[in-house]
Amino acid sequence: MSTQDIILQQLANGLIMGSFYALVALGYTMVYGIIKLLNFAHGDLYMVGGFVGFLILSAISGVLGESWTAIVCSMVLSMLAVGLFGVIIQRVAYRPMLTAPRLSILITALAVSMILSNGVMSITDGEYMAFSTDLGFDGLDFGNVFISYTQLALVISATVLMLVLYFFVNKTLYGKAMQAIAIDQDACKLMGINVNRIIALTFFIGSSLAAAAGVMAGVYYGSLHFSMGFVIGLKAFTAAVIGGIGSIPGAMLGGLLLGLLEAFGTQIPFIGSEWKDVFSFGLLILLLILKPTGILGKTEIERM
Amino acid sequence: MNPSSDTSILTDMTNWLQHQRNRLIVLLIMATAAMFFPLIANNYMLEVLTNAWFYTILCLGLNIVVGYAGLLDLGYAAFFAVGAYTTGILTSQFGINFWLTIPVAVFCSMVAGIIIGGPTLRLRSDYLAIVTLGFGEIVRIIARNLEITGGASGLIGIDRPFFFGIELSQGLHFYYVFLFLAILACFVSYRLQNSRLGRAWQYVREDEDAAEAMGINRVGVKLYAYVIGAMFGGVAGSFFAVKMTAISPETFTFSQSVLILLGVVLGGMGKIPGVIIGAFALVLFPEVFRDLGSMRMLVFAIVMLIIMLYRPEGIWPRGKS
Repeated sequence: MSTQDIILQQLANGLIMGSFYALVALGYTMVYGIIKLLNFAHGDLYMVGGFVGFLILSAISGVLGESWTAIVCSMVLSMLAVGLFGVIIQRVAYRPMLTAPRLSILITALAVSMILSNGVMSITDGEYMAFSTDLGFDGLDFGNVFISYTQLALVISATVLMLVLYFFVNKTLYGKAMQAIAIDQDACKLMGINVNRIIALTFFIGSSLAAAAGVMAGVYYGSLHFSMGFVIGLKAFTAAVIGGIGSIPGAMLGGLLLGLLEAFGTQIPFIGSEWKDVFSFGLLILLLILKPTGILGKTEIERM
Repeated sequence: MNPSSDTSILTDMTNWLQHQRNRLIVLLIMATAAMFFPLIANNYMLEVLTNAWFYTILCLGLNIVVGYAGLLDLGYAAFFAVGAYTTGILTSQFGINFWLTIPVAVFCSMVAGIIIGGPTLRLRSDYLAIVTLGFGEIVRIIARNLEITGGASGLIGIDRPFFFGIELSQGLHFYYVFLFLAILACFVSYRLQNSRLGRAWQYVREDEDAAEAMGINRVGVKLYAYVIGAMFGGVAGSFFAVKMTAISPETFTFSQSVLILLGVVLGGMGKIPGVIIGAFALVLFPEVFRDLGSMRMLVFAIVMLIIMLYRPEGIWPRGKS
């Protein structure tokens, strides 16, 4: 393969991974923006989303087969289910802790994350689940570079979801309420905004985006595992920080950037794919030291 | 018995424990019991209790970071790994005497603490949590990928140390080694808690800005907590390496860090007796409920959630202040 081909192939790989990261990072950033909670369980919601999608797909495959229609249906249903699940988690575990010290709520989030991943582990016996689809292996062939229609469809649907979110947050009343709560929660209460409901809505949207990414990952990799949420959670957080935590366009940008950096990072001599995770975590640490506000983040440095 | 009289017994007990002299009595009885425990224990019990003392050291180390200074560290297993690998590599590959590797292991874990804490302690506390998590993973992946650390299979055949001509090889030897280290860890923690530094930690934990206004070097005292916590982990790791004679990267996973954190949270953050109880619960619980098997972490996580929601101060009752 020529250098140009390698660049193109890695560009494609980077964009696909990047759109997963971006979808998960959006949930992180929205929740952080609104209640300043680092939701450790977010990566696990992505994993749960994948499994729920898998269950729904196996249930409806008798009627619809494993075609695009069935996958889109199971993705939408999984988004709804996991979104509700996210709201329940927020209601049970996080809402009582909002006034507690920050350390307590972080530990609570950690506990929720462990419950989700270990719960799925006991249900699946820690085994890989094959996420079978009959989407075929057709695609666009550019000589040495190959991009399947599946990959293309994943990137497009991720983009559509992000665009919908962008318009929701900027153009609707609910979106404006979210932005207002991020600025001043108490003032919002005085203005008659039902703060708890908007926070629940934020969790719903964030969780369902993570679930969408989980189903997409199932389609892309063809298998699911209970541990898949851990690493992607960390990476998505990295993406959110790259873009500036709390900023929605920042999370999208950060996700794509991290996907590309990772794809090209593994091409650097001496950095094989076994160092891929070290590369992105190292990047996170460096970034937090050098520019903790990220690319699009606000410049004020809060201290908590 | 009605609940109110139950509480009053607990209050009476707590009041009784407030006296220095009474506390010493309880402490002495417990220390004697721990000393003579091997006389009545079989090998299995000895092994379990050794493990409990081992976790006591780790939990007390993490308690300095989480309980005293109020910083969430999700990669504590990394410091434990640095200590274990330093000793493992130096003894098995360079043939250096075990006792000489301890200061090196402590030094290395301190350096690891400074590397990770130094630049990041200025940040928001939740950023710190995720950075330590990433750091813990980095250390584990490095251990898995390097040749000197034995790759994925780890280091095997680490020599047992000699102590005044006796080879420390039996369960009984290591019981006393870890008991001694645990007592030492308690003593150091106790002295730190009541020192100038300990009070500074408490102040920073409660109100960072006010502490800084009072002339406390915010980043400096946090870094001290970090480095001292790392030292505890390093020492425990060194002894862990020679006790097990083999170490592998999979010992130092994120779950390990969470387990140690659970011990601290369970008993009560910042309270030495609480942390000891937490460490014991951590080790004894899976031994008692053998059938749980792989559900162990799930049960632990649920317990952690319930504790945070309903009793954030942990099992051990609150002090008088």
